[in-house]
Amino acid sequence: MAIDITQFRQVFFEESLEGLETMEASLLQLAEGTPAEETINTIFRAAHSMKGGGGTFGFQELTSFTHVLESLLDEMRSGRRLVTQEAISLLLQAVDVLRGMLAALQAGTAIDQPQVTEIQTQLEALWHGPVESAPHPPAGLERAGAPVLSPASGGWHIAFHPCPTMLQTGNDPVRLFRELETLGTLTVRVDMTRLPALAELDPETCYLAWELTLHGAVCREQVSAVFDWVEGDCALSLTPFAAPQASGGAPGLPSPEPAMSVERRIGLERRQPAVATETNSIRVNIAKIDALINTVGELVITQAMLSQLRDGFDMRHLDKLRDGLDQLERNTRELQESVMSIRMLPISFALNRFPRLVHDLGQQLGKKVQLTMAGAQTEIDKTVMEKIGDPLMHLVRNALDHGIEPPVRRMEAGKPETGCLHLHAYHQGGAIVIEVSDDGAGLNRDKILRKAREQGLVGEDETPPDEQVYDLIFQAGFSTAETISEISGRGVGMDVVRRNIKNLSGTIDVFSAGGSGTTFTIRLPLTLAILDGQLVRVGRETYIVPLVAIVESVQIDTTLMHTVAGQSTLYKLRDDYIPIVRLGDLFCVQQDGGADTEKLLIVVESAGQKIGLIVDALLGQQQVVIKSLETNFRRIEGVSGATILGDGTVALILDSAGLLRLAQYRAGTSIGLQRAETAWQAA
Amino acid sequence: MDSAQALETDTASVLMSDARQYLTFLLAAAEYGVDILRVQEIKGWDTVTALPNTPEYVRGVMNLRGAIVPIIDLRQRFRMERLDPGPTTAVVVLKVIHDYGSRIMGVVVDAVSDVHNVTDAELRPAPECGSTASSECVQGLATVNGQMLIILDVDQLLNTGELAVATNTPEERTPCNT
Repeated sequence: MAIDITQFRQVFFEESLEGLETMEASLLQLAEGTPAEETINTIFRAAHSMKGGGGTFGFQELTSFTHVLESLLDEMRSGRRLVTQEAISLLLQAVDVLRGMLAALQAGTAIDQPQVTEIQTQLEALWHGPVESAPHPPAGLERAGAPVLSPASGGWHIAFHPCPTMLQTGNDPVRLFRELETLGTLTVRVDMTRLPALAELDPETCYLAWELTLHGAVCREQVSAVFDWVEGDCALSLTPFAAPQASGGAPGLPSPEPAMSVERRIGLERRQPAVATETNSIRVNIAKIDALINTVGELVITQAMLSQLRDGFDMRHLDKLRDGLDQLERNTRELQESVMSIRMLPISFALNRFPRLVHDLGQQLGKKVQLTMAGAQTEIDKTVMEKIGDPLMHLVRNALDHGIEPPVRRMEAGKPETGCLHLHAYHQGGAIVIEVSDDGAGLNRDKILRKAREQGLVGEDETPPDEQVYDLIFQAGFSTAETISEISGRGVGMDVVRRNIKNLSGTIDVFSAGGSGTTFTIRLPLTLAILDGQLVRVGRETYIVPLVAIVESVQIDTTLMHTVAGQSTLYKLRDDYIPIVRLGDLFCVQQDGGADTEKLLIVVESAGQKIGLIVDALLGQQQVVIKSLETNFRRIEGVSGATILGDGTVALILDSAGLLRLAQYRAGTSIGLQRAETAWQAA
Repeated sequence: MDSAQALETDTASVLMSDARQYLTFLLAAAEYGVDILRVQEIKGWDTVTALPNTPEYVRGVMNLRGAIVPIIDLRQRFRMERLDPGPTTAVVVLKVIHDYGSRIMGVVVDAVSDVHNVTDAELRPAPECGSTASSECVQGLATVNGQMLIILDVDQLLNTGELAVATNTPEERTPCNT
């Protein structure tokens, strides 16, 4: 029995946390008034697995807590108990308690016992209460401590006859006995009558049966709970016996396999500290792993083919070599994509906590809110997702607190009583877009403007356009909430939200129509390590423009170029006028001479704004690995990083947002370029 | 790398005494030295990729086995006339230590010269002559074989002004700044 179960603890925690999420989601479905049997079953199964697992790992508190939970759910499942709002609220609280317990167990810290006891008491009260669902039964409340359900004050005779196949399902009788031992003093007698001769013995078959005697004031439920896991795999009979002689003589009795359990316990204790330092793990869809293995397989085949070509190569094989190299390229790209996709997780991991949050906050604020989510399967890089959770949470809280009005006010405004909050995630180009929209009161332009004037952010006589006004809410310390509540209104937040998103090289925009809601749009890059680039030549320099930023590339038609006020140049692109700029001017690089008609215009977009870049030539497209300039130098405006080209030289990767800023800066300071150039030379 | 390694091996024996070893190089006929323990490697001149909107003495970046390393022209850093790269032009790759860690930068010099042992006692402080950027970077002066050797403080040299590690958020910097 050398299996070390502690290695599975991490898996147990992960599964349990997932189970809790399932429970929570299902409970919220129930709360919306769809008492489907399957939903209750789902919740029950999650609780049941947790209880079984908890028992296996010796987490007594967890087992006893889930046991009550499970019993309650069982009654609901079988229709013996109605599912009421109170019960759901209580069950949701229980989910929280379980989450806390798991976190404490995982970190090896103490469990918040008073809280556990309180909820457990309430659960037991509900369970023992009148079956027609009264939240606080008068009588059952006193049963917080050791349950005294079945009057077996002396103990139990347990006849445990496992099926021969029990061991194959991974159940270990020793573990069961150890658990029983914690309930009272245990005497075990083994029945070896079925044991065959050694030659015929199948090590995976269970030939033994046991007669156990458990001394102590234990109720039937507690005993049968121990055997829960093996219920289907054994014949079990429990007979109570009366007390008199048992309680006195019990302590000295030997436990069945003392050496074993002592050794195990030491093992458990020794490994305790290691749990805290466990590395972050990632659960990957098996299909992705399979795809990865497939690709590696193909890569190996290609490699074999190429090395075969190498032996005895002559020019007749040139075509084959070329094919092989093409294949190698394809394999490499696929491999890279598969590896990257492992880091990609559906955004539902970040969105899943919102139904609960909205439910709780809605109740707390007395608002009726319906949350709808779309695109929860949209995949996003794990690191990006970890950092987007908090900003999203902030936006959702804001929407509930400030956005959606109380039911009365909504009715007055002629809107349905229930407000709508919509979370929508989707891919657009190389970015993921997350929208948080509500149909609430919208941003109050006048109020924001008044506040901004008070704070001196906007001059008294200025009337900025809507977008600029709404943009003010991202200023640090800006809040228009009349009262500061627990949820929001302190004016810290939106600036943090924007900063966090900026740190992920994303953007956030707000759109609001007064009276009918607000929409926040977050754009984030899909991944942070590799990008598809268009190589362009400017004079003697080669730059890389991220493909995702390029809207189109056109041959320049000089008749469409217009100079405005002698400074900036606009280009008429179909029905649009876009500012254009010579990349060489922005970067102080000598561009090719010759007419503009021989050059190319690359139209790039950043945050909805377009700009045309005049370059000398397009060179080709390739995937590039982004390397930071900041590691050994510093950030340079207009450049997001660098990469190493096939010939070993370094090429800079352009950043369209930065180029736009650079161009605006140049245009803003009318003699910016000259001044910069002269200053630059003076340096 | 080999030369640097060979030099470092020598260093071990010298460390026993209180003398330090300095790699010396030539810059407009004067001899300069840097602490040899900071020298990562010496490379011949290679093409660099220019960085836009940086001071002129930042010649660009170079690929050093996968790392992007900025290359600083020491002549221009000291406001001397720029020299086109010739056969002896070399890039000395240095480790620069700053408050938050360290980074790797290369300096372009006219030619790499020698390795000298200088004890701390032999090192004389640089005389005050104005507070120009170039004099701040001088750690001290030494005389070797009757010749003056200017010992440079690598961290001062490559961690001030434009080259300082950015502490503010990058967006707040103005482009084309000087």
